[in-house]
Amino acid sequence: MFEILEKKSLNPTVTLMKISAPRVAKKCEPGQFIILRTDEDGERIPLTIADFDRTKGTVTIIFQIVGATTEKLNHMNQGDCLHDFAGPLGRATETDGLKKVAVVGGGVGCAIAYPVAKKLHELGVEVHSIVGFRNKELVILEDEFKAASSKFVLMSDDGSVGEKGLVTDALKKLIESGEKYDRVITIGPLIMMKFVCQLTKQYEIPTVASMNPIMIDGTGMCGGCRLTVGGETKFACVDGPEFDGHLIDFDEAMARGAMYKPFERKAHEDTCNLFKQEVE
Amino acid sequence: MPNMSLKKNEMPVQNPEVRNSNFNEVALGYTEEQAIDEAKRCLNCKNKPCTNGCPVKIYIPEFISQVAEGNFEEAYKIISKSSSLPAVCGRVCPQETQCEAKCVRGIKGEPVAIGRLERFVADWHNAQPETPVEKPVSNGHKVAVIGSGPSGLACASDLAKKGYDVTIFEALHVAGGVLSYGIPEFRLPKSIVQKEIDGLKALGVKIETNTIIGKTISVDELINDEGFESIFIGSGAGLPRFMNIKGENLNGVYSANEFLTRINLMKAYKSDNSTPVQAGRKAVVVGGGNVAMDAARCAKRMGADVYIVYRRTENELPARAEEVEHAKEEGIIFKFLTNPVEIKSNEKGWVKSIVCQQMELSEPDASGRAKPVPIPDAFIEIEADSVIMSIGTSPNPLIKSTTEGLDTQKWGGIIADENGLTSKEGVYAGGDAVTGAATVILAMGAGKTAAAAMDKYIQK
Repeated sequence: MFEILEKKSLNPTVTLMKISAPRVAKKCEPGQFIILRTDEDGERIPLTIADFDRTKGTVTIIFQIVGATTEKLNHMNQGDCLHDFAGPLGRATETDGLKKVAVVGGGVGCAIAYPVAKKLHELGVEVHSIVGFRNKELVILEDEFKAASSKFVLMSDDGSVGEKGLVTDALKKLIESGEKYDRVITIGPLIMMKFVCQLTKQYEIPTVASMNPIMIDGTGMCGGCRLTVGGETKFACVDGPEFDGHLIDFDEAMARGAMYKPFERKAHEDTCNLFKQEVE
Repeated sequence: MPNMSLKKNEMPVQNPEVRNSNFNEVALGYTEEQAIDEAKRCLNCKNKPCTNGCPVKIYIPEFISQVAEGNFEEAYKIISKSSSLPAVCGRVCPQETQCEAKCVRGIKGEPVAIGRLERFVADWHNAQPETPVEKPVSNGHKVAVIGSGPSGLACASDLAKKGYDVTIFEALHVAGGVLSYGIPEFRLPKSIVQKEIDGLKALGVKIETNTIIGKTISVDELINDEGFESIFIGSGAGLPRFMNIKGENLNGVYSANEFLTRINLMKAYKSDNSTPVQAGRKAVVVGGGNVAMDAARCAKRMGADVYIVYRRTENELPARAEEVEHAKEEGIIFKFLTNPVEIKSNEKGWVKSIVCQQMELSEPDASGRAKPVPIPDAFIEIEADSVIMSIGTSPNPLIKSTTEGLDTQKWGGIIADENGLTSKEGVYAGGDAVTGAATVILAMGAGKTAAAAMDKYIQK
């Protein structure tokens, strides 16, 4: 069993948990993910690893409450145990030979972008972090990003914090001002990553996007996470989750990501109603 | 006096009209009377052709003669000497091409129903009050088994009985491999699989789920850091193949693995379940093997009208005749000599239809099977809400890519000798991971062979 050692609310819909999982903690690297189930009849959901501590044997996950399982997960507390926690899965972020990198994160994707920025920073890479949120209330990991970056730009859709605008606006400004990146790493909503990749393609900056599709086993068995990269079918679980952003078919990925939306919405409502009844 | 009836005793089954909307087991098994009566059809041949047809060499005439006498527990003991999973094999073995194909009674009439009798004996045994299992005396040696499918379970069982400290590592959250995620409840109830696994645990076998060898821990680490003296790799062939045709990544297109995993492992067929699956009103399954039959029959039970699209004819179907028969009875419609060329989408990115080219058979090719050849300009379009690709699987490269010095074939199968020994000292392999997708019984046999070789290796 995998005990929740710490639980912290980062914003109204995003929660951080430190999980005891020594085997995973021993092996994992930034960019990789785990699959968990909350209870015996639970569904398997993939979550990218946000941080880890090899000596303490802990793995940190950060999740946004979007469906029934994340709702259930958010109702678990310190001392509770997750039923299953398997990983690390997928390939780690490639960091070899990098000198100067722009890390572009959006929303809860920043939770995954942060460990990448941190690792690059530790390796001596010059890191510029550009992170975007809808509004001030939703900002997460600001201090952590600042500590790992030589340049930090915070954007918000409504201008309630940082600069008003999109991450692509900020990235474009930096590039136009003469910053030369050998790679852009982007993690966030598909639509955001799509536009980041379109932008960097114009400037011919190699770009990596971290994909987070629907999957079941996470080991290459189901093929549910497949996506088209450069005209070829790839499995995000074993070939990714990071891919050449200039080759990803984002429109297809967006359609696939919406496959169970109606089901998910209903399941989420049902779960919320269940929790409400328990309270009443 | 033997029973000279030319026909097998029929096994009671659920009515097709009823069963095609439930997930309960289709075949219901013999009664004691039916079993004894069938067992009396066995001539107890001296040279035992049936046993020679069995990949694990079960002493078939011996156990059948015990059934004929009503000594069912004795019959179980005889089967157990050779097989670790009789309740499973009695259900899913292709007896018609193995033991029963060699049965002398089959020369004139139908062979003895060996499979049905094996199943009867195992079920009879499992229905008895449990007798406490004696844990074998430990021999102090530690071995690891990777994968808890048929080959891993068989290997672990034989090693545990010899006193080894056995740990099985399983990537998923449930043990059983394809028996749990692949074969549907109505063909192999999961309670039976669980019973076999509980039996192993009673022998002292440890099962670590959620452990992906090659990711969570590597084969080399198991040997160097965790002190395992020998390792068996039974990781199966779980990587689904696709056709690489247009539209294959549309919403509503599944690999058979995904579709079956959602239904069997994640229990998507239960209404209160948290994992969804969408077969829609019309489902098209592509392929002609047992897995295609399983997927089609699952889709039917989820409420869809189901078509199976296969590029050869009924004669070439690789699935067992019994599965094809059951599928037809349940209302699955077969479209033979049709080969998908494109999946079309509706305006929302979901499957709308599948376009297939009509085929004809030419001369047999190198594999001995008639080769399907496209008929120019002959296409049909079948409306569909979901398409399930069931055209085979290959071994998962995860272990190969993370194990120093483990040789594999070009197509991914681990190279192993007749005892299961790989190119790496102390590391053995068997089942689909070595052969590519095959049967439960062959995998089980490979697990047993490797167990014997591992014992020799450690004891030398």
